[in-house]
Amino acid sequence: MALLEIENLCVDFETRSGGLFRAVDGVSLTVEPREIVSIVGESGSGKSVAMLAVMGLLPKTARVSADRLAFEGANLMGISPAARRRVVGKDIAMIFQEPMSSLNPCFTVGFQIGEALSTHLGLGRAARRARAIELLDLVGIPSPESRLAAFPHQLSGGMSQRVMIAMAIACSPKLLIADEPTTALDVTIQAQILELLVRLRDEKDMALVLITHDMGVVAETAERVVVQYAGRQVEEADTAALFRDPHHPYTAALLAALPERATEKHLPAIPGMVPGQWDRLDGCLFAPRCDVATDLCSRVEPTRAGADLGRALCHTPLVAGRPTRRADAEGVPA
Amino acid sequence: MLSFVLRRIALTVPTLFALSFLTFVAIRLVPGDPIEVRRGERGISPERLEFFRHELGLDQPVWKQFLDYVWGLLHGDFGVSIISQDSVLKEFLTLFPATLELSLFAMAFAVIFGVPFGVLAAVRRGSVFDHGLMGIALFGYSMPVFWWGLLLVLFFSVTLDLTPVSGRLDLIYYFEPVTGLMTIDSLLSDQDGAFKSAILHLILPAIVLGTIPLAAIARMTRSSMLEVLEEDYVRTARAKGLSPFRVIGLHALRNALIPVVTTIGLQGGTLLAGAVLTETIFAWPGVGHWLIESIFRRDYPALQGGVLLISTLLVLVNVAVDILNAVINPRIRHGR
Amino acid sequence: MVDDVILAPPSPARALWADFAVNRGAVGGLVVLLTILAIAAFANLIALHDPMEQFREHVLQPPVWAAGGSWDFPLGTDDVGRDLMARIVFGARFSLFIGFSVVVVSLAVGVCLGLASAFMGGLVDTAISRVMDLIMSVPSLVLAIVVIAIIGPSLANTIVAVTVVYMPRYVRIVRATAQAELAKDYVTASRAAGSGAFRLAFVTVLPNCLAPLIVQAALGVSDAILEAAALGFLGLGAQPPTPEWGAMLSSAREFIQRAPHVVTLPGLAILVTVVSINLMGDGLRDALDPKLKRS
Repeated sequence: MALLEIENLCVDFETRSGGLFRAVDGVSLTVEPREIVSIVGESGSGKSVAMLAVMGLLPKTARVSADRLAFEGANLMGISPAARRRVVGKDIAMIFQEPMSSLNPCFTVGFQIGEALSTHLGLGRAARRARAIELLDLVGIPSPESRLAAFPHQLSGGMSQRVMIAMAIACSPKLLIADEPTTALDVTIQAQILELLVRLRDEKDMALVLITHDMGVVAETAERVVVQYAGRQVEEADTAALFRDPHHPYTAALLAALPERATEKHLPAIPGMVPGQWDRLDGCLFAPRCDVATDLCSRVEPTRAGADLGRALCHTPLVAGRPTRRADAEGVPA
Repeated sequence: MLSFVLRRIALTVPTLFALSFLTFVAIRLVPGDPIEVRRGERGISPERLEFFRHELGLDQPVWKQFLDYVWGLLHGDFGVSIISQDSVLKEFLTLFPATLELSLFAMAFAVIFGVPFGVLAAVRRGSVFDHGLMGIALFGYSMPVFWWGLLLVLFFSVTLDLTPVSGRLDLIYYFEPVTGLMTIDSLLSDQDGAFKSAILHLILPAIVLGTIPLAAIARMTRSSMLEVLEEDYVRTARAKGLSPFRVIGLHALRNALIPVVTTIGLQGGTLLAGAVLTETIFAWPGVGHWLIESIFRRDYPALQGGVLLISTLLVLVNVAVDILNAVINPRIRHGR
Repeated sequence: MVDDVILAPPSPARALWADFAVNRGAVGGLVVLLTILAIAAFANLIALHDPMEQFREHVLQPPVWAAGGSWDFPLGTDDVGRDLMARIVFGARFSLFIGFSVVVVSLAVGVCLGLASAFMGGLVDTAISRVMDLIMSVPSLVLAIVVIAIIGPSLANTIVAVTVVYMPRYVRIVRATAQAELAKDYVTASRAAGSGAFRLAFVTVLPNCLAPLIVQAALGVSDAILEAAALGFLGLGAQPPTPEWGAMLSSAREFIQRAPHVVTLPGLAILVTVVSINLMGDGLRDALDPKLKRS
């Protein structure tokens, strides 16, 4: 049974002007136990919002809808807050981008880790302390006993993130969602944290959803990749396949921009910006920035291609770098 | 922690020094003959004039007068009241417990209602609770204190005859003051009904005095809570599956209270200023009333000493607030 | 699909008004304030009688809705037979004048001192800050009383006293925001382009400090009105027979049982004025503060 099943997840935000802004549009994802899936995209692609919706951490102005949203077979949509609290923090955990501000500055590290333990596992004081030390050790923090009484502002970025991870895995979750865990950290620390996450997956039998904008991280760590653009899922494939033969022009452009793949002196940056609230248009949202866009692309929204083409959201997905007309493109005007 | 406290207290010294300079200059600026201003006598004969001039040190150079003044202050000499011929300090200390009791009850009222109002308004942002509570806070904030007092007296004392109009205690009771705080003294005195009388006399003035701080605290708590609720660590707390009570009451509130504590402390000044008005309306025998009486009776030494003492008090309250802040917010403690 | 497609973001001025107007209370406050301003401006057209004229036969007459009242004196009369409505209507002039004067002077002086403090730093900054701290370490009304004791009670001196008491707030705001702006790159760029100190201070930096300053100024008017009324109530402000609202309450105290309207109505006037200003000020603050904006 799949661990996490998401089908056609949509998230709308109420805006001040009265309308609705669609931040996530039709995202589908299945995560199997012990899998590492990466969701990749630029800022504004809705990748974080989608996962926050799964956790139920969106503000009241958000409206979440999905054909299916289930964890271990149990429906997550519309469950009572109390029922949700039994799952969140225990079986599904999440860590965030800014570790320094994600820890409460008024309480010690030991207290904050202990909270998860006492809420979900009902551990007593001594047991909490022992387990907290164990966890800090597990995430690679030296002399853990002395760290228990530390306040968050006394920790460095890398340490803070390790503490966040320790807090997240305290109850041995089956799924850990990591929202850009290394973006705010030094490059040297990045590698360590990623390594830690993979090691924890191995040791603790945990699935990992890694949200990032860094394709390099994806290549190193993920087994499967979902590419998101402007709230839409534009491609989904195994990592190796994606890197070998990207099907959506956006994916291809992302890969082309990697320094490792540079063929000339100038890195091919993708011109333009992700469309914001005020720039949504007809047709494909990526069309204005796409190398191979046609007239059709700016008029008609693309449908999803088959799994062999990475379920790409494109009228003319790339095959070996060349846009090809789809076999299933029926009745779509040329 | 101790070093922080000591440093903070040391910082008050220049302020207190500057305050004494301020009052020193102020009394010299009062129009009229300086001796008349300070002794209250008019048409003094030349011999007495010389006597006073020497006694008040007015024949000395100004800087020496100032040093003598400061020296006197450090020895508890805040001047002599023209009206009572008593030491200003002694008068102040006699009347201060009344103001203190009133202020404590007023602040308690303000905090006990203000903080929950603010939290509720923040958590239920945009709801009828929010608008209603903040509407009440707005009125409380905009109320002229003296009018509010008169209004409450009109309603509760005159119309409903529930509470007394003025004073601290019904005249039928008498006991020696032990602490100066009527509520405690009345309990200690063991006289039937004395405590109830003390409380009844205290209710209305405390509500009147505490209204503006209540409004300020409620508003501050609400805006602080709203900010804190957006913070990453609140999201983390929710992501841990903690109950909303814990998330809001512990994680959010603890951080949100930091600026609120500052506000509470800053209300100290409002309380002392408001005490002046409240005590006047309720004929409450505290230092605020005494200060107003001083100015009308041209008892300038009392005014000068009183202002200095009240301001010193305010400075000390601010120090206490800073220390309390450091206790609540670990970041300040460690010098960040 | 998306319900509404909004095609273009609103212009800054419209956006500000939209943010402000969402707060119906703020708009209400603005309307009431404008009404009060109009009443004050056209006081002599609105009032039925001269505010100083004493009608000895009509002493302490109740307002028109109570027994014994009449439309001659819609809000009743005070203890020497003066028309309360006229006094309240004319009183608006004094209170509003005091409020605005205090704020204008405080702003002018406060901006100069605050900018001087931020730009010149060092000894000037320390001196100004210490003096401001000193002023703020005395409770507001107490300091005002001391100032009045020195310069004597009158309407004009009320303005002086209240200005002295409230000015440090403006200095602090300007100093803090200016210091924050000084660290930013656009200031360095302007300096590099050769801006003189004066231009730098007033043209480059000051406009960016405006938001909190505007809010403080708006709310400062109501603070000043309350403080002036308090002084009036204590008999230290405008002297009789000037129809200043606070002073009116002072003389009315003893009649609270016999003729409550003499107490309730002037106070109500103060309350309504202050509430409307505060509502408006709050609305301004919410509209100008980006942190509280939603999507």
